[in-house]
Amino acid sequence: METILPILYLVASITFIVGLKMLGSPKTARQGNLIAAFGMVLAIAGTIFLYRGHSGEALHNVPFILAALVVGTGIGWMMAMKVKMTAMPQMVSFFNGMGGACAALISLMEYKATGGAPMGLGHGLATIAGLLIGSISFSGSIIAFGKLEERIKDIRFGGQQFINNAALLAALVIGGLIVAGQMSGFEIVVGLAVLSLIFGVLFVLPIGGADMPVVISLLNSFTGVAAACGGFLYGNMVMLIGGILVGSAGTLLTVVMCRAMNRSLLNVLIGNFQGSGATGAAAGATGTIREVSATDAAVLMAYAKQVVIVPGYGLAVAQAQHVCHQLEHELEAKGVTVKYAIHPVAGRMPGHMNVLLAEADVSYDKLVEMEEINPEFPNTDVVLVVGANDVVNPAAKTDPQSPIYGMPVLDVELSRQVIVMKRSMKAGYAGIDNDLFYRPNTSMLFGDAKTSLTSLVTEVKAL
Amino acid sequence: MDSSTLQIIYLVILMIFLGVELIGHVPSVLHTPLMSGANAIHGVVIIGSIIVMGEATDMLSMILGFLAVILGTLNVVGGFVVTNRMLEMFRKKQ
Repeated sequence: METILPILYLVASITFIVGLKMLGSPKTARQGNLIAAFGMVLAIAGTIFLYRGHSGEALHNVPFILAALVVGTGIGWMMAMKVKMTAMPQMVSFFNGMGGACAALISLMEYKATGGAPMGLGHGLATIAGLLIGSISFSGSIIAFGKLEERIKDIRFGGQQFINNAALLAALVIGGLIVAGQMSGFEIVVGLAVLSLIFGVLFVLPIGGADMPVVISLLNSFTGVAAACGGFLYGNMVMLIGGILVGSAGTLLTVVMCRAMNRSLLNVLIGNFQGSGATGAAAGATGTIREVSATDAAVLMAYAKQVVIVPGYGLAVAQAQHVCHQLEHELEAKGVTVKYAIHPVAGRMPGHMNVLLAEADVSYDKLVEMEEINPEFPNTDVVLVVGANDVVNPAAKTDPQSPIYGMPVLDVELSRQVIVMKRSMKAGYAGIDNDLFYRPNTSMLFGDAKTSLTSLVTEVKAL
Repeated sequence: MDSSTLQIIYLVILMIFLGVELIGHVPSVLHTPLMSGANAIHGVVIIGSIIVMGEATDMLSMILGFLAVILGTLNVVGGFVVTNRMLEMFRKKQ
């Protein structure tokens, strides 16, 4: 009996490693996810029924544990099934926060169980680290969730960075004193949890909405580390392996995402404290803009050889992916070649656009990545930019003063005609003006992406 | 430092390298599902919550434990289901 559970844990650990590996390739990703899920079920079921404590006794409260599992499964399943594809990133953030809170609660209860007796260095360190990291991950993820839902605005105030650093330092010092046995008591540990929660909020509040994917990815790896602390606490290998694996893979993923935006992680995390607003507006983004009517835009596209659609977050918020597919369909019926140019960070997360367009049945081979589509722009008659802004800003190539200078962008301005669909002249997420809108071969089609696309479909059909 | 702690440190270091190795060359298209999948995997923290819940004796610990198991389950179930839904989108088209 005693050897079955460790073997189950071993199998589960292997499914996590293999699953994560398979998630890295489009062909095997889905099986990879299912394999890891299977391993998780094994580990959970094994723990409930086969776990034996130090004195060899089975777990108590099994009916309650099962009840909690049922409740959690019901809520989790419903939320995950009901969420719209556009809202995926914030859903991931929410579930990540739940994991963080779970880790923090474990530490809290573990501390309570010791009854204030000295814990020993390893045990104490794992408990306090799990509490700190789990709490930060929870409150940070919830703020990130709120930001992506557009319920929470970016908040910046004077001395914020100082307050953040002070809060973090205080939490670390108190945590250190508890581990060293200089401070003790359940109330103090609860206070530490509250302080960590506050730090999590302060830490994410000033970071701009466009950088949330990076923050979520970072908090994701935090939760991994918090889970690993729990693994150390119980000498539980599957928690340790799963947690560390996600912690390290998540950290690398965070760095890779930053690199795709040509920024450093540090710049993402504290960049917003420096140079607020003054940058970027400087260079050359002046002149007149030209508006185009849906009718004229439809004519331009219907008589083109090749049209490239550049989708951005505007398409996602307007839920316009289906209408977009319809437009593609109508244009192809007129003999136009239609392609989609996918910038690596278009939307709210890398790959977000691919998921959205795939949902609308856009064929996978029509989605062309940036490196492949860029040489094609000079031979493209019309580029239709749907709610994208920073990813088509030529300033990234020409203006060293621009905050996005150096970020790889789509060379849409090289095509014969650019039609930009936008709600207003408001700047993009980076908060900078876009010189593209003032170019002679650019015209603007103002309005909600879905409404504009719908009228384009009608106009193209009528031709 | 006893040998089991040392072994755990070895394991941690190996896992750090393995994690980096696994993610190294993933196309950016898959970053979102990958993050979501990793998110589900760290839901393994639920094991810890099951153990503390199973060893809880007083009322406060029971309540906290019950809550922890629910939150952990949300992380696991929500994480895997959301990832699966995202990946379903890719599968149809290939």
